[in-house]
Amino acid sequence: MSDVMAPNEGARSEGLITVEALPPQGQITLRCEMSEDYRTKLSDALGMAFPDQRGSVTDGDRALLWMSPDELLLLVPYDAVDGVMESLNAAFDGWFIAITNLSDARAQFRVSGPHLRDILAKVTPTDMAPRGFPVGDVRRSRLAQVAAGYWLRSEDEAQVFVFRSVGAYAFEALSTLAQPGGEVNFLSA
Amino acid sequence: MLILHCPCCGEDAAEIDLVPGGEAHLKREGPGSSDEALEDYLFTRDNPKGVVLERWRHAYGCGKWFLAARSSVTMEVYGTYAAQTHAPPQDLQDHIAERTGEA
Amino acid sequence: MSTRLARGGRFTDRSKQIGFTFNGRRFTGYEGDTLASALLAADQVLLGRSYKFHRPRGIVASGPEEPNALVHLGEGARFEPDQRATTTELFDGLVSSSQNHWPSLEFDVGEINAKLARFLPAGFYYKTFLWPRSFWKHLYEPVIRQAAGLGQAPHPEARDADRYEHYHAHVDLLVVGGGVAGLLAAKTAAEAGAEVLLIEQTAHWGGRAPVDGGTIDGMEPGAWVDETVAALQAMPNVKMRSRMMGAGVYDHGYVLGYERLTDHKPGAAGPRHRLWRIRAKQVITATGAIERPLSFAGNDVPGVMLASAVRDYVVNWGVAPGDRTVVVTNNDDAYRTAILLKQAGLDVPAIIDARPMGGGALMQEARDLGIKVEPGRGISKVLGGQRVSGVAICDQTGSGGELDTIACDAVAMSGGWSPVVHLFSHCGGKLEWDAEGHFFRPDASRAPTGADGAPFVSACGAANGFLSLPETLHCAAKAGAAVAGKLGHEATATTPEAVVTPESPLAPVWLMPQGARADLKMKAFLDYQNDVKVSDVQLAAREGYESVEHTKRYTTLGMASDQGKLSNINGLAILADALGTPIPQVGTTTFRPPYTPISFGAIAGEARGDIFQPLRRTPMQDWHEANNAAWEIVGQWRRPYCYPRGGETRHDAVNREITATRESLGLLDASTLGKILVKGPDAGRFLDMMYTNMMSTLPVGKCRYGLMCNENGFLMDDGVVVRLSEDSWLCHTTSGGADHVHAHMEDWLQCEWWDWKVYTANLTEQYAQIAVVGPNARKLLEKLGGMDVSPEALPFMGWADGSLADTPVRVYRISFSGELSYEIAIPANRGRAFWGKLLEAGAEWNITPYGTEALHVMRAEKGFIMIGDESDGTVIPQDLGLNWAISKKKDDYLGKRAQERHDMARGDRWKLVGLKTLDGSVLPDGCYAPAPGKNANGQRNTQGRVTSTYWSPTLKKGIAMGLVLNGPDRMGEVISFTAEDQDETRDELTTVEARIVNPVFFDPKGEKQDV
Repeated sequence: MSDVMAPNEGARSEGLITVEALPPQGQITLRCEMSEDYRTKLSDALGMAFPDQRGSVTDGDRALLWMSPDELLLLVPYDAVDGVMESLNAAFDGWFIAITNLSDARAQFRVSGPHLRDILAKVTPTDMAPRGFPVGDVRRSRLAQVAAGYWLRSEDEAQVFVFRSVGAYAFEALSTLAQPGGEVNFLSA
Repeated sequence: MLILHCPCCGEDAAEIDLVPGGEAHLKREGPGSSDEALEDYLFTRDNPKGVVLERWRHAYGCGKWFLAARSSVTMEVYGTYAAQTHAPPQDLQDHIAERTGEA
Repeated sequence: MSTRLARGGRFTDRSKQIGFTFNGRRFTGYEGDTLASALLAADQVLLGRSYKFHRPRGIVASGPEEPNALVHLGEGARFEPDQRATTTELFDGLVSSSQNHWPSLEFDVGEINAKLARFLPAGFYYKTFLWPRSFWKHLYEPVIRQAAGLGQAPHPEARDADRYEHYHAHVDLLVVGGGVAGLLAAKTAAEAGAEVLLIEQTAHWGGRAPVDGGTIDGMEPGAWVDETVAALQAMPNVKMRSRMMGAGVYDHGYVLGYERLTDHKPGAAGPRHRLWRIRAKQVITATGAIERPLSFAGNDVPGVMLASAVRDYVVNWGVAPGDRTVVVTNNDDAYRTAILLKQAGLDVPAIIDARPMGGGALMQEARDLGIKVEPGRGISKVLGGQRVSGVAICDQTGSGGELDTIACDAVAMSGGWSPVVHLFSHCGGKLEWDAEGHFFRPDASRAPTGADGAPFVSACGAANGFLSLPETLHCAAKAGAAVAGKLGHEATATTPEAVVTPESPLAPVWLMPQGARADLKMKAFLDYQNDVKVSDVQLAAREGYESVEHTKRYTTLGMASDQGKLSNINGLAILADALGTPIPQVGTTTFRPPYTPISFGAIAGEARGDIFQPLRRTPMQDWHEANNAAWEIVGQWRRPYCYPRGGETRHDAVNREITATRESLGLLDASTLGKILVKGPDAGRFLDMMYTNMMSTLPVGKCRYGLMCNENGFLMDDGVVVRLSEDSWLCHTTSGGADHVHAHMEDWLQCEWWDWKVYTANLTEQYAQIAVVGPNARKLLEKLGGMDVSPEALPFMGWADGSLADTPVRVYRISFSGELSYEIAIPANRGRAFWGKLLEAGAEWNITPYGTEALHVMRAEKGFIMIGDESDGTVIPQDLGLNWAISKKKDDYLGKRAQERHDMARGDRWKLVGLKTLDGSVLPDGCYAPAPGKNANGQRNTQGRVTSTYWSPTLKKGIAMGLVLNGPDRMGEVISFTAEDQDETRDELTTVEARIVNPVFFDPKGEKQDV
């Protein structure tokens, strides 16, 4: 596995929030309709509930995130991707579905700390207030000048996804905006 | 700086998360069409002062196209609706008529 | 003189002294001072020179409406011009200096302009610098540029020492303005349950009320403010930010807030400014009102100030702008200034009241204090140059005949008040003329409307035209309750009981005296910052400027950085008078954001330095950086252009890379190529529409070069399409085109053929892609081992999944160089390691990483087109001799119908050919081939242009491709192209001769790539 290097491997900065690049993460994009038979089929295949619109379902080291009306993101351990892809392809044999491995296509960061919502509100126009972005939800919007996904895992921890090539930009932008003195104390009092 | 409700993911999307796509409900003219029909399809746009039906893509969000009915004068948004249609839904048409006094 | 009083100063803490400098001189102020109050306290009345006439100017106002007191602030990386002394909070070590004078503030050569004022009327520049035309470039423009502008620009090498940021806030109710109206509106709405953000541009809550007096619920206004602020701070649904200005209101409740975090403590941790991008469901503007100057001769002499500002300096900072102050007014409010000054022990020799009968209760109060009131009088002119020494008084109804002179060192003037309607108007709110108050006020029936078509901005208090304290509070409570109701909360408006001395009505005075002589009007300033006088506006009217918008631009009235906060109403009243039209019919100019200037830093936010813009990085980027790559910008990617070694020039490096690749083995990071998966039962049918070629018939395991056009028929993108399985294809795009092509596909799938069963996925960044190129490419892959790469197992234009050097790979046998070539896709996380393995194993064949320039030269040697070189958005594939890639069997594809248009199908289009110079030189990039004669515009006719041109190290001569009229029919013909260097003194062009040839210069049979 020594050949495997996640983008921004080891990057970490501490300020008003902690920004850490995550190790390689298995990411399987599922594109299919979200009708009842697909939901049932997928839930049975994965042994997981189906997420609500803009929501997520977590089960141990796996998670299923709602990305769009015909797109889900399945997170699994990096080494488990081939196996999961195989079983999903088998389960959906003959169905109209695209199951795609995108485990290497994105940079992922864990961002955490009491100022989390305020720092994210510096880079995204989407409402980061608790009523607009409850824990467990997923938002796709901007991170300053690039597209990003935000998955709020707890009140003070989120997972941020961007395209791999702009991982360094996203890390620098978040780290810069989290420098001490930049407290806003608007959403995070 | 508009906000448009994306009917695909349910977000109220800020304009900087959106990409505009011009007039909605154009009918494609392919091989066999007349020069006039092709010209209309490619180039001729109404650009009215008043109610416009437009294409928007929630580009930074869910990635989906949707359509919006909007006033090009006041920026009032009468509603947004699915791109997979040939005309605004009836209830939206009624609402537009009511708002513009053409009911 | 202008001095610090023995007592007083609501904002100043006299136990804390602060040192600062102005024009190199040391001064001392107190904590809580502004630069303006501290300079006034030190009798520094002259602060700068005016823009056009270089007239001496001093402080007029006490807030952001100040037109004169603009200074240079800070040094080095924190130097800024045009900073308002009135809004600059004093801090220890502040360095400031005056602007727009030479050699010094006190003695300024430019003052001669004032003497020439008669010759510098409105429209002077337009009238004077028209002819002769040739004078413009070499004489007029340099001189004007030298003379123009107020402050100095920062040093070009200086880099702003501070950081900036944005913040996105979503609120139910935004209240702009923290005076008593804003506080009460916020409190009323918040008590009803609304979530409120209340912002105030200064560091202090309460606005003018604590200065202007009266009582609220039996308390001094200041005490009521403290109590209300404390109550608001205790409410969890209220957020309050001071030092934050509402800069602009835009569509759908978008409001920009400008928060100044460290201007008052430079160098403190954190950003200097924060630009708030607020989305508010409702906005209340409680932005107060601004006092208007009176237009009399010499109303710009230092020492002439707004009456309210004089009051502010006394009450807020304990500073008296003069020992003997004459008050001149057309309303009762200015009497408060006279009374206050008198009570502070200062001299008020007279109150000049333009109203024939003077004022009401306040006049009586002034008289009781022994102040002389002169009703029906005006100032004919101010005496003094660099500061006021007295005023000459006259009858207001006359032309300015002097009745008397009064010695004084300050003049406090008041021409009435104008509500601050800017934020209400930014997004389309309309105004109405208030015939009683003589000002424009917001018309609530024509307020700005939001996404739902309903009003979202309400003005309240003085900003809504309710100037007296009881009315202000009543209006604010009503506005707070009404807006809370709109937000779904049940609210009741409870107005605190306010008591003030009643006022008698104002009388409009737009010129003092009413029939002022010409020489007086030429010294009666409307716009201080741009030096626009009453006579200029009247001249514009005489010259036919009837629209207020045209007059504004012709005279520059209101076009300075204060945007005419003091001058607009006075100016348009003069215009209305000159046109004989009522003021409301003349109307106002458009109010545009920002309310006062905001910093460029705040607009840029965090986007500077390394994060000025996103730079996309491939998995191998660190290797390129460590190996001295020179860069080529490709969209947001930075691709290696070449890798110069030692003292190599770029040109040498490119030639070395090409030769090494053609002779042995080269390596290219091709990760930036777009890779889009298209999958589903209708994928083949869909790709047949997307590409000009037939893609549905491509066998599994094969690759095909494809062309993509837009509906206009023009070539949009190209790339190799791979059939992965029965129902899935992988489409390669150009490096810059991946996102666009993916969006293009999604557009057609979602909006046109939504019933087709196709999914796409952008896999561009999932894979690192490396081209292994050259005669020894196969040997290298065989050495790495793991899969069969023989011509039998992996023929030209085939692909295979497998493994190389224990790495999962997909290998495509495609070639963009004409060499034996494999493009290898590796999971991106393994890309960097695999690149290293290739370099290590390839050492025995002198493996040479090459950059984009070598790629370009090699593809040009082969006659392959490049999107963006051979295509430019007006070129169809047929122009490029690519008919072989356009399916004749298909009924339809995107662009097919447009390509049948007459203009596309005509025979005489410019078409692609190769070009070989007769002398072997390299043709200039983009040069044209002239043709005999001239076109209708007198321009030389042309018959072609160069699209790609390089030195070919393989062929040892210049090679080029170009689009030439009927080119393919003219093989062997020699035509001329314009040379790089032209002798401009000669009419004839210097040209280079080139022969039209086949564009495939190298290995035309393709033997090298298919081995």
